[in-house]
Formats: sequence, structure tokens, C-alpha cells
Amino acid sequence: MADTQRTVEAAKTRLDSISLPYGGWTAEARAAALARLQSQGLPGRRDEYWRYTRPDTLTAATAPIAVPEQHDEDGVFDHLDALKIVFVDGVFDPQASDDLSLEGITLERLAATAEFDIHWAKPIYGILEMAGQTPVARPLASFNTAQARDGVLIDVKSTPSRPVSVIYRHKDANSDVTLHHVVKVGEGATFELLESGAAAARFNHVLEVDIADRGQFHHVRAQGPDLGCRLVTHLFTRLGTESVFKSFTLGANGLLTRNECVIELTGDDAVAHVAGAAIGDGDFHHDDTVFITHDALRCESRQVFKKVLRNGAVGVFQGKILVKKDAQKTDGYQISQSLLLDGDSQFLAKPELEIYADDVVCSHGSTSGAIDEDALFYLRARGVPVDVATDLLTLAFLAEALHEIESDSLSSAVGERLEAWLAQRRS
Amino acid sequence: MLEIKDLKASLADEDKQILKGVNLTVEAGKVHAIMGPNGSGKSTLSYVLSGKDGYEVTGGSVALDGKDILEMEPEERAAEGLFLAFQYPIEIPGVGNMVFMRTAVNAQRKARGEDEMSATEFLKVVRARAKTLKIDADMLKRPVNVGFSGGEKKRNEILQMAMLEPKMCILDETDSGLDVDAMKLVAEGVNALRDEGRAFLVITHYQRLLDHIKPDLVHIMADGRIIKTGGPELALEVEQNGYADILAEVA
Repeated sequence: MADTQRTVEAAKTRLDSISLPYGGWTAEARAAALARLQSQGLPGRRDEYWRYTRPDTLTAATAPIAVPEQHDEDGVFDHLDALKIVFVDGVFDPQASDDLSLEGITLERLAATAEFDIHWAKPIYGILEMAGQTPVARPLASFNTAQARDGVLIDVKSTPSRPVSVIYRHKDANSDVTLHHVVKVGEGATFELLESGAAAARFNHVLEVDIADRGQFHHVRAQGPDLGCRLVTHLFTRLGTESVFKSFTLGANGLLTRNECVIELTGDDAVAHVAGAAIGDGDFHHDDTVFITHDALRCESRQVFKKVLRNGAVGVFQGKILVKKDAQKTDGYQISQSLLLDGDSQFLAKPELEIYADDVVCSHGSTSGAIDEDALFYLRARGVPVDVATDLLTLAFLAEALHEIESDSLSSAVGERLEAWLAQRRS
Repeated sequence: MLEIKDLKASLADEDKQILKGVNLTVEAGKVHAIMGPNGSGKSTLSYVLSGKDGYEVTGGSVALDGKDILEMEPEERAAEGLFLAFQYPIEIPGVGNMVFMRTAVNAQRKARGEDEMSATEFLKVVRARAKTLKIDADMLKRPVNVGFSGGEKKRNEILQMAMLEPKMCILDETDSGLDVDAMKLVAEGVNALRDEGRAFLVITHYQRLLDHIKPDLVHIMADGRIIKTGGPELALEVEQNGYADILAEVA
């Protein structure tokens, strides 16, 4: 009881701490988000949507300390030819970043546009987020919209020559960061967004992506590796006719991760794929929460989530497909699987289908299992040591999720990094 | 090369004794065959020798080149030069056949303190050896044994054997599920590896395989023991008369 009381108090302090930036084109959205948040309240332990993940440390007035880790390795996507934008503990680092100019797109920082009264992102900022608040409230996203001072605003008018890579670095043990990105993919344009790194001790991230007809958005991100971090991310997207959305997230370590993805298929024949691969060891809680709404004809959606858990790590998957009455010929697929490397770890899955149209194909599956002993013996009988063999089978288990990455070079970059992380743990 | 003395083993879960005192010595350069009725313990012997979980050794010893291997992990036995060609090769989705073989070759080399094989060197060797076994590039690229026919799986086992160059090869019913042509191909692969420094233990139900892989000695196994040993003619006798006469003779 005392605990609950304390949580409520902490949440109230967090709410009271919000001060809206004055004026500018985001003012309306921020005021609306704050009002929304005040009526929603911050998530608590009794919220059904937070049944498997405790929100306390995400809603507490101050971020729990997370000592940054020293990594010798480069960022996952550092070697790729991409326009780099670097945030250190949420603060834009102009020295480490490239010039914010790339043919075909307009690239701005939210902070740099704060004073503007008119902006192209106004019909998106906080708007897709608000649309994603029904039927399930997502107060931490409202918080983000109200509070965020910086982020990247990208207007894709035509397909640029290279991807944009947002790189996060964590150096301050007390950093508590809120960033809000907006991407608008124009008609027929293709855009690739990469995100990598551990951002802060506590990180609240929102990405809103509006994809026009026949536009394509490809998103690959690598979260971590940093043991002590906590993060909550929300990805809101709206898809036009024949548009494509593909998002893949790699998760490694981190005390607490909650990745929410809210997808609305509003144009006919659109395609949305969302996938994730996570490896967790010990004090690790990883939650993927997905909500896909089919609201147009012949759309395809696909969810592929894989988690490898050991030493008491916990994986959560909440995935819902909602097919509205007129969304005929919907093709929905969902799979969530965990590989439990020991008896202490657990995987909690809540797959949901809610279908009002009568001519659809929707399938879902969820499994939890251990390493295949026969395969392990086969590898060992050929001389592969047990730990290497386990890693090989672990990578094989994750392969289906990695396969969802459209670009081969990105897919192998992610695969190599995973392999290196596993190898590091062995030594 | 391989010296098995009074080996006794049971299923760990069921306390059921399967090997009841196996005695067998295979010298370097020789090919020995083991035949026997179903349930005589032939496959169990191959699993116990290679170190599979689920079996408990309750007595006896096994030495490979004078070294006791029963306390070793399966991968250590492999690095010492023991190889088991599986009766039912395992499919491993998500692990490429090439990656698998290179990992295995280099893990063994590393364990023996030898230099690892580079990717290019490995590729060259594997391609040449795959060709003689009629294994095409596509089979090398695919995940281990996934979508392989019965014959392809067995050829893949022999390819692994060729790449790993073990001292002691155990072939567990390698002929099962093979048509005549596939069996010839597999036998040719095995014969190509016959060498003064290498020994084979061929477990089979049928004499037919032994037409292609000529054994020096044939052992008959029944009820967890070797009950009779003879030359290649013993296999012919089994083929003609079955095991009944031999079992009766011993009893």
C-alpha cells in the first residue's frame, strides 16, 4: 500500500514537472497532449496495458542512475554511408553530426524550429500520437509530445541518395531524455532511417511517421548495449495507398525496455512489417507492444518478434491486430517466440486478434522453447564447443526476425553485431 | 586406434541396461563392420562412443589412440579425431551448411592448437570435396540438412567427414534410406578416405553396403554384446540365413 502511495506521489511530481515551451507551432499540440495526459494519468501497476511491465521507474520524478558503459566498438551503423545526426544524452552534438542537408529531403531539429509559427510538421506532430491513443491510452507518449524540446524533423520529398542515421550516446549517469522525431514520406518517395546506441539513463522516445501514397519507409534500429538504461519508445505511423512501412529493432541488455508500435493502415494495398530481435541476460526486461489497425482494403501486416532470454531475463509481447469492418481481404500475420536458455527466464505473450471484416486471413502464433538438444549434440559431435554451438543456434533462432530487414547490408551489419555481442559474453 | 573394453551402458532415465559388456578393438587402417538384429544396441554403442546425453556408462573403458575418452565432452572427442556419421542427420534451420562446417573445422583445429583455416582456403577445399560427392553449390549454401533428401543428407555427412579428416569414423546405418546409386556414391566417398592412419566402424543392417565398403572384420552384436566375429563371409551368412542360426549357435 505504502509502495502504491509512493508511486502515485512520484507520478504526480513527474506530471507537475512538465513546463510547456512557450508559443511556436507546436504549442497547440503540446497543450492538447498535456491535457490528455492529465486526464489519462501516468500508467500505474494496475493498468491492464502495463500488466507485465512495471512502469514505476519510467514514471518516477527522477531517472534512476545508470552509469554509462565504455564500449570500444563503433556504433552498429557507423561504417555505413549515411547522414549522421548525433545526440549525446539527448543533446545535439553538431561536431559529431554531419551537415543537416541531403538532396530530396528537408532536415531540421525540433529545437531549431521552436520559435516558428508555421511548420510543415504541424499536421503530424502530436497528431499521429493522438490518433494512436484510442482505443488504448499511451500516457508516456502524451508526456513526450508535451515535453520534448528536441528531435529530428524530416520531410522526404523525393528519395535521397543515402539513409539518415540517428546516433545516441550515453555519457551522463543521470541523464533523463525526451526526444520526438517526425518523418513525412512524400508520395512515391523511399526513405531509410537508422537509429542506434543507448541514449540516456532514461529515455522517452516518440517517432511519428506519415507515409503518403506509394511512399516507403524503412526503419532499422539497434538499442543498447547498455546494461543500466531504461527506455520507452513509441512509434506511430499512418500508411497511405500502396505504401510500405518496415521497422526492425534489435535490443540488447538494458534494465527496462518498452517499445510500442502503433500502425494504422488507412490506404488500400498498404504493407506494414514490424519485427524485433532481443537478447537479454540477467536483469533485463524487454517489452514489445504492437497495435495494428487495418482500415483499408487488401492491406498486409506482419509482426515477427524473437527474444533470447537467460539468467532470469523477462520478455513480454503484447501484439494486437484490429481489422475494421470494411477492411476486407486483410492479410495479417503475427508470430512471437522466445528461446529460454535456462529455467529462470520467462516470456509473457498476449497475442490478440479483433476482426470485424468477414473476408480476411489472419494468423498468429507464440512459442517458448529451449535449445534443441539434438541440434546441439550434432554440432558438438562435429567439434563445436557447447557455448559456440549455443550461440550458433541462438543466431539461427533470431534469423527469421533479421530476415525482415529489407537491406542485405543492414541485415548483415545487425547480424554481425549480434554475433559479436554473443562472442563477447563467452569470453 | 579404438579400444573398447567390457563397455556397459544404460539409459539414464530408465535404468535399462543396453550395452552389457562390449569388447572390440579396431586397428588403424582397418574397416570393421557391426551387424545385428534390431534392438541389439548398435546405435546405442555409437551414441555412447560419441558422448550423447541420456546414456550412463556403468562400466568398462573406451580408449582412442590410448586416451580414455569416456570422460570427455562430445566436442573434445571430436577434436581427438572421433567422427560419427549420423543415422538421421539433424536439420538445423538458420545455420548455413558452410558456416557450420567451417566453424566445426576451425573449432577442432583450435582445440588441437593448429592454425585455423581461412575462409578462402576453406572454400577451395570444400568445393573440391563437395564435387566428388556430387554436392552442388546450392546444398552448401542452404541451412544444414534443411530440405535435403535422404541421400543428400548422407552425402553431406560424408562431406563433413572429408573436411574434418577424423582418425576414427563411425558410420551408423549410413546405408539406411539410400537407393543403390546413392549408396555407391556414399561408399565411394568413404573408400576415398580409407587410409593407413584412419579406421572405420561401419554399423549396418545389410550386407549390401559391405559389397561397396569392404570390411576386414565383421562383428555380430546381439543383446548388448559382440557375440561373434569373423571375416566378410560372416556378413554373407547373415544375409542368407538371418540371425537365428548365429543366435542359436551362441546360446
